[in-house]
Amino acid sequence: MTSFAPEVYQGMGLRTSEYQLICELLGRSPTYSELGMFAVMWSEHCGYKYSRKVLTAFKKYKEASEGDGLENAGIVPIGGGLGVTFKIESHNHPSAVEPYQGAATGVGGILRDIFTMGARPIASLNSLRFGPISGSTTPEPIKARNRYLLEHVVAGIAGYGNCVGVPTVGGEVSFHPSYSGNPLVNAMSVGLVKISEVTTAAATGPGNPVIYLGSATGLDGIHGATFASVDLDEESESKRPNVQIGDPFAEKSLIEATLEALKTGAIVAIQDMGAAGITCSTVEMAAKGKVGMKVNLDLVPMREPDMEAHELLLSESQERMLCVAKLGREDEVLDVCKKWGISAAVVGYVTEEPRLVISRKGVVEVDLDPALLADMCPFYETVTAESAEVGEARSWNGGLDHVDCHKLLIQLLGSAELGSRKWVYRQFDSQVQTQTLLGPGAGDAAVLMPRGISSGVAVAVDGNGRQVWLDPFTGGVNTVAEAARNVACTGAKPVACTDGLNFGNPENPHVYHQFKEAVEGIAFACERLNTPVVSGNVSFYNRSDFGEIIPTPIIGMVGVLEDGTAALPSSPKKPDGLKLGCIQVPLETDLSWLGGSFAVSFELGQELGTPIRADLNGEARLHGLLNQLALEKRILSAHDLSEGGMATACAEIAIKANCGLHLSVSSEFWKAKSEAEALFGELPGVVFVSYEASQVDDIKRLCDDQGLPFQEWGSFFGTELVIDWNKNTWRWDISRLSQTFDSCLDFDQMLS
Amino acid sequence: MKVAVIQLPGSNCDQDALFSLRNDLKVDAEYVWHDQHDLTGFDAVFVPGGFSYGDYLRCGAMAARSPIMESVRQFAEEGKLVLGVCNGFQILCELGLLPGALILNAGQKFICQDVYLKAENRTSPWTRSAEGVLRIPIAHGEGRFVADPETIQQLEANQQIAFRYVNQQGLLNQEANVNGSMGAIAGVLNQAGNVLGLMPHPERATNPIFGYQDGLKILGALNPCLASKESLEPALAH
Repeated sequence: MTSFAPEVYQGMGLRTSEYQLICELLGRSPTYSELGMFAVMWSEHCGYKYSRKVLTAFKKYKEASEGDGLENAGIVPIGGGLGVTFKIESHNHPSAVEPYQGAATGVGGILRDIFTMGARPIASLNSLRFGPISGSTTPEPIKARNRYLLEHVVAGIAGYGNCVGVPTVGGEVSFHPSYSGNPLVNAMSVGLVKISEVTTAAATGPGNPVIYLGSATGLDGIHGATFASVDLDEESESKRPNVQIGDPFAEKSLIEATLEALKTGAIVAIQDMGAAGITCSTVEMAAKGKVGMKVNLDLVPMREPDMEAHELLLSESQERMLCVAKLGREDEVLDVCKKWGISAAVVGYVTEEPRLVISRKGVVEVDLDPALLADMCPFYETVTAESAEVGEARSWNGGLDHVDCHKLLIQLLGSAELGSRKWVYRQFDSQVQTQTLLGPGAGDAAVLMPRGISSGVAVAVDGNGRQVWLDPFTGGVNTVAEAARNVACTGAKPVACTDGLNFGNPENPHVYHQFKEAVEGIAFACERLNTPVVSGNVSFYNRSDFGEIIPTPIIGMVGVLEDGTAALPSSPKKPDGLKLGCIQVPLETDLSWLGGSFAVSFELGQELGTPIRADLNGEARLHGLLNQLALEKRILSAHDLSEGGMATACAEIAIKANCGLHLSVSSEFWKAKSEAEALFGELPGVVFVSYEASQVDDIKRLCDDQGLPFQEWGSFFGTELVIDWNKNTWRWDISRLSQTFDSCLDFDQMLS
Repeated sequence: MKVAVIQLPGSNCDQDALFSLRNDLKVDAEYVWHDQHDLTGFDAVFVPGGFSYGDYLRCGAMAARSPIMESVRQFAEEGKLVLGVCNGFQILCELGLLPGALILNAGQKFICQDVYLKAENRTSPWTRSAEGVLRIPIAHGEGRFVADPETIQQLEANQQIAFRYVNQQGLLNQEANVNGSMGAIAGVLNQAGNVLGLMPHPERATNPIFGYQDGLKILGALNPCLASKESLEPALAH
C-alpha cells in the first residue's frame, strides 16, 4: 500500500503527526477510504480533540463518557415513567455559506439525535447570532448580507421545522459585529420518551443484520465535518456544494417509521447518520458494542449508481439512520419502512471480532478496529492566555452619566437586539402537536404539557457573548443562571441543561482561555443549581475575514412544573388593577451594574466593564420561591431583568400587557449609583411579578422566608409607563413604546 | 358518531385531530391510512393538516390522488360530513370537492398566529353553532384562497362561504385578512353544505387549558350532543 503525500491528508484536515499516528496504529498506510474516515472521525466536530479534556469539568459528561456511554445520560425523568431528552447542536459554517439549507439541516440533524433514542420530538428551539442589520457603524453591503443571512436562516428553520410537525416554541436572536461572516445557528430539540424504552447505539449480537434506513445516499455534504473544523475564509463560498440539502418530508416519514419500527421490538441498536454519515454510524455503533461489522456498500441505496467507496462513506446526505435488528426479524423493520415509503436495506451484519470490514464492488476498502477511529483521536490542549485588550475593557466601571435615559429606553426597545421577535417566530408553527401552553413571546421560557400528563415542561435557550468576552468564567455562570431564571419565571424548577459552545479557533491561546474559563463557569453554576449538563455540542473555528466571534456559549435549560396549568406568562393577561413587585437576590458589589450591559455596548460601541456574577445560592432559593408562588397561584406573571436592565424589563411587561404601569422605586431598595445604572444596569437575580393586591402580605412573607428582598413597586393602570426613582421621574407612552418595539425587526419593510 | 382521521405520509396534525375529537369532543375517532379504500362504519371524515408528500409538487395535489381519496369523494357525495383543515382543505380543493385553490400567502411567508373568524353561512351543519367571533389559530404558508370571479360570485350566491377573516370586533379589514385571501375567505362549503374546507385549525382550539375553545363551535357538528350552546358548557369546563 502506498503512503499519501502531505497535500492529500492535509487537504482533509489531518496533521502530519496525526497521519503518522494513523500509520502506526494500523501498522500500514491507510487506504484512501480509511484516510477519509480518520479525517472526519478525528476532526474537532466528531473527535472533540481540543475540547474533550475541558469538558470533563461537566460531571455528568465525565460519568457518562467513562460509563455506559453518553446516550443514556441525557434523560430527565418527568414522572409517570416518562422522561425528556434534549440536545443543542450548531450548524454555523453551513449556514454561513448556504443559510436556508444550513439552518434547515441543522434542525433535521438535531431531531434525529432525539428520535434515535426512541423519543418523540415535542419541541424545537433555536439560538441565532448575526452581524448588525441596522445602525450607522456597519457598511451597507455587510448589513445587507447579514439581513440576507437572517432572513434565509429563519426561512430554513421554518421550512424544515414546520413540515416535520414539531413545534418551534422558543429561541433567541442576537447581533454583534463579530458575527458578520460567521453567523451562529444553534438548534435545540426536546423529545419525550418512556424511560423503559430508551434505545441504545451499541451494536450487539454477532450475525445480527445491519439495516440502512432513510433517504438514499448522494454526493452532498462530503467532508462536512471537516469543513466545520476550520476557519471560514474567501474560499468558503466554494464549499457551498458541501452543504447538505434537507428533505423535511423524508424526515417526517423517518420519525414515524423509526418510532414504529422500534415498537416492534426487532431493533437491538440504532443511531442516526449525522456528521460523516455511514462512517460515523458504523464506527460508533461497533465501537460502543465492542463488536465488528461487515458492510457491503453495494447494497446502500444510492442516488448515483457509480459512487465510490470513500464518497459513500463520507457523504452527509440527510435523513438516514442505521440500525441493528435481531437476526430473522429484519422483515419487521423493512415492512414498517415500506409502509412509510422510505428505503431500507440490509447492508451487512455484526461480527464478533471487533473489526470493521467495508467492501465496494468486491474490493475490501476498509479493514480496521473501529476503536481506532472512535477512541484513539489525539487530544490537544493549548496554552491559555487572556488578551490584554479584554483586561483593559473589563476595568471600565462607569455609569453612563451623560445619557438621556428617556431617549435611551426608546432606542433600546427599538434596537434589533431587544425589540420584538414576532417577525421571526410568526414564521414558525409553535402549536402543532397541541401541547404548547406558553409559546414564543408568551413567557420567559416556553412551556409544554405533553398529552397524558399534567405536569409542564419548560424550555429556554440563552447566551450572552458580550459578558463571556469580558469575563468568560462569570459569563459562563451568568449564562446558566439566566437560562435557569427564565425557566423559573414560568414557575418550573430547572432540572438539567444542554450546552452549545461556540468559540473561535482553539489553537489560539486567548480563545482556549475563553473556552476553558467559560466551561468551568458553566460547570460551576450547573453544580450549584443542580442542573447538570446532560448533552452538548462544541463548535470551534468560528472565525471569518471579519474576525473571530465573541465567545458564545448557549445554554438550553429544561425545567419541570408539577402542575402545567399553573405556568406563568411574563406579563399578566388581565392587568388592570394588578400590582407589580420586585424580588431580588441580594448582591453586595462595588461594580457598576452597567458592566457588560447591552446599554453600554449600544451607547459606547464596545463591550466594557465587569459583569456582576450571579449569586447561585440565592438563585436556587429564587427558583424554589417562584415554583411555590406559581403552584399556590399567588402571582400571575413573572419576568426577569436581563439585557436592557430594569426599564427594559418593565417596558416589556407593560407593552405585552398593553396597559400603563406606574412604578415608584425606593433608592434604599434599588441601590444603583446613577440613573442609567438604575434603569439599564444588568443586575442578576431580579424578577418582576404581578399579583392581586390581596396577595402582597403572603408574597412578602414567602420572600422573607427565603431571605430574598421584596418590594411592591406599583400598579397597572392608564396608558403610560412611569418610573420614579431617587427624585427622578420618567414617563413613556405605552403605544409609542409598542410601536418602536414591534418595528425593529420588520423585515417586510426593511427588505422592500 | 365515528370519525375517520385520514393519515397521509406527511400529515402532521393527524394526532392533534384524533385527540381533539376523542378527548374534547367526546366522539369516537380512528386513523385511516391513505392506501385504504373502505370508509364503512364511519359517519364523518377529517382530512388533517400537514405537508402531505412534502407539498413538493403543489400542496395537496399528490394526496388528492391517494387511494382513500376516491372513497372520500363518494362519502361526500352521499352527503356525509367531510372536513378538511389546512393541508386537508388544499387536498379537498385538489380533489375537486371544493372550488378554488390555496396559494402562497400575500406576505410570501408562513404565518402562525391567532385569527378571528365570522361564520357567513349559518345553516350548514359546520356553521350552525358558530355564533359570534371565533378566535382560532392558523399555521400555513399557502392559505390564500383564490378563485375566478364567477366562482366567487357563485360561492356568495349559494351561501358557500363558511368563514371570513375579521378583526376582533367582527369587522372585515385588510389587516385581519392575514394571508390576503379573496373576499377574506377562510373556509368554504360545497353546495350541499356537508363538506367544509378551512385554513384555521379548529382542532387546536378545543381545550381551554391551551387557551382556546372556539374550535368546539365548529367541530361540535360532529357531536350533536355538544352542538347546542348549553351542552358545550361541560366540554368547556374540561
